Amino acid sequence: MDIFLQQLINGLVLGSIYALVALGYTMVYGILGLINFAHGDIVMVGALVALTVVGLLAGSGLPPIVILLIALAAAALVCVSIGVTVERVAYRPLRRAPRLAPLITAIGVSILIQYSAALVWGKQYISMPAIITPSEIRIGGAQLTDLQLYIFLLACGVMAALLWFIKSTRIGRAMRATEQNPDIAGLMGVDTNRVIAFTFVLGSAVGALAGLMVVLYYGLGHYFMGFMLGLKAFTAAVLGGIGNVAGAMLGGLLLGVIESIASGYIGDWTGGLLGSNYRDVFAFLVLVLVLVLKPSGLMGQRVSERT
Amino acid sequence: MNRRTVIGAAVAAAFAVALAGCKKEEPAAQKTDAPRAIESAAVRIGSASPLTGPQAHIGIDIRNGVQLAIEDANAAGVEIGGRKVKLELVAEDDEANPTKATTVAQKLVDSKVVAVVGHFNSGASIPASKIYSDAGVPQISPSSTNPKYTQQGFKTTFRVVAHDDQQGPTLGRFATATLKATAIAVIDDSTAYGQGLADAFERTAKEAGAKIVAREHTTDKDTDFKSILTKIKGRNPDLIMFGGIDPQAGPMVKQMSELGIKAKYIGGDGMQTPNFIKLAGPAAEGVMASMPGLPKEKMPGGAEFLKKYKAKFNQDVELFAPMGYDAVMVFVDSMKRAGSTDPAKFLPEIGKTSYNGVIGPVAFDEKGDLKNAPITIYVVKGGKWEALETVSPQAAPSSAGAGSGKK
Repeated sequence: MDIFLQQLINGLVLGSIYALVALGYTMVYGILGLINFAHGDIVMVGALVALTVVGLLAGSGLPPIVILLIALAAAALVCVSIGVTVERVAYRPLRRAPRLAPLITAIGVSILIQYSAALVWGKQYISMPAIITPSEIRIGGAQLTDLQLYIFLLACGVMAALLWFIKSTRIGRAMRATEQNPDIAGLMGVDTNRVIAFTFVLGSAVGALAGLMVVLYYGLGHYFMGFMLGLKAFTAAVLGGIGNVAGAMLGGLLLGVIESIASGYIGDWTGGLLGSNYRDVFAFLVLVLVLVLKPSGLMGQRVSERT
Repeated sequence: MNRRTVIGAAVAAAFAVALAGCKKEEPAAQKTDAPRAIESAAVRIGSASPLTGPQAHIGIDIRNGVQLAIEDANAAGVEIGGRKVKLELVAEDDEANPTKATTVAQKLVDSKVVAVVGHFNSGASIPASKIYSDAGVPQISPSSTNPKYTQQGFKTTFRVVAHDDQQGPTLGRFATATLKATAIAVIDDSTAYGQGLADAFERTAKEAGAKIVAREHTTDKDTDFKSILTKIKGRNPDLIMFGGIDPQAGPMVKQMSELGIKAKYIGGDGMQTPNFIKLAGPAAEGVMASMPGLPKEKMPGGAEFLKKYKAKFNQDVELFAPMGYDAVMVFVDSMKRAGSTDPAKFLPEIGKTSYNGVIGPVAFDEKGDLKNAPITIYVVKGGKWEALETVSPQAAPSSAGAGSGKK
């Protein structure tokens, strides 16, 4: 039971990071119908910027929380500028193009960001200076660190705030209007270009936070780390119903838990035939099953109506 | 059919080169022999390693070792088959690049070297070895540890360093005999290196009576090991062995301590790096890893060699200079025993080498691997790797063969 509880906690922490990244995919998809493959790499840039800033300030004697806030601000600034630039330069000219064109552009942008990062930071794994020492917390036989707890709570907080923001604020309403029909929203006086740019700002800022969490949690960064993270987060978004913000959260947490449980028990279930390295297979199998049984994802409704 | 023609061609080529070598040498020798009998003949020895690029410091280290050996030998005077011989160094830069390595190998062969010390990287040594083999030029690598290097069936390939398949069994014996581990969890990163190391370790540990309580796999890109580690925690091992490299080992050790796993942790040379300590942070303390070779201070001829090297080059030995030095001495020793500087004549003698060098006793098995190659276990102490114990794998050749068969 302890082990199961521990696996569940591992999964929830991992899942909350997936969920944060998935938000970026799902918001852009909801509004543009575009899968922004570069989002994972924007998260990577956020992670590496945060790492660099923490590395520079680690010896300065500032309290760790201040360093982290400065790192977050720097990461958010860089991520938002990249996100907005990519939207303006790469996606906006293609907004009326056939759907394949922006998709391929997104993959191109992703590769461009990856290798630009490789130029800036090199291809080595970069380690995070240990500025905080997490203390241990025990919950019914399972062990976790306060850092894990903060990551989970902060992720949940940010997601809740985002839900409220989209439901209740003026720009949130404009986002939902643009999502339903950009042309009509435009006729009703919504500046859709501004709304779309704002969506990228929001997604990139949340991505920067996710990047900071990743380097804090794992203690290392690498120019290629955005690829797998992005793929998993995209899967989470699809699992929950892409385009749906609450769905991305659910999908992220679910994917994290499935992965964690699968790699913990898959060997026992299959009598040692499949090892824990098959956890991704298992996660994607669940995705396939969900898509077969409920093509729009767990919480998606509108996806099939569009296009 | 095909194979036969290749071998035939190789033999023919080797023969042709040998003949050509004889033809050139003899008239030259006669000319000099006639007027002045004591005049020495020049024998060229090649050195191939990266002299530029990020690995240059290690490559230059090897070349310096070779140079030192040649100067020492010349100073002592080399007499082969009753003829005084002067050794000459031909150093080439392979840039740690497999393609460049083959070009360099051809260049060395064309400049009529009788033997080559090199290359540094397994990725360079393996493609180059075909060219040396075709030309019949013996090659001793001071540092390449990939098992494949000596498994190609070439008679000209040797190495003076332990290979990867010897590390796994050594780690296994160390774990069971020295650490007295009885319940072991094994993790690998699903690469040829990591899985090979972990498999060989598992086999040896099992034979020694230890119980493998979990066998887990991750990938060489993953950074999240919490769920495998949680599972392992439930099995209560007293030792965790990881076959893989530092980007995984670092976070893994960190996550182990976060999960409160008290088991010891051991791995191969892929994680015996300063970067591992950076990535793992304080959790690195007490982690052990193996590395082929003796620590340079502990080599039988180490202290004297380090002093001599420092005096000559005004810098410290990086890593493989002693191996480069001994490789040259092995060549000279073989030439003396064969009484000839002709590769075709002294090549069979290399296999029979029994030489006491800087790195200790040098002898080769039938594949050209170093017999009883020492492997050192290091431990992280005070944020630094420190040598803990040196093990000589007695049963290395046989278990190495089994390990390679599995791949």
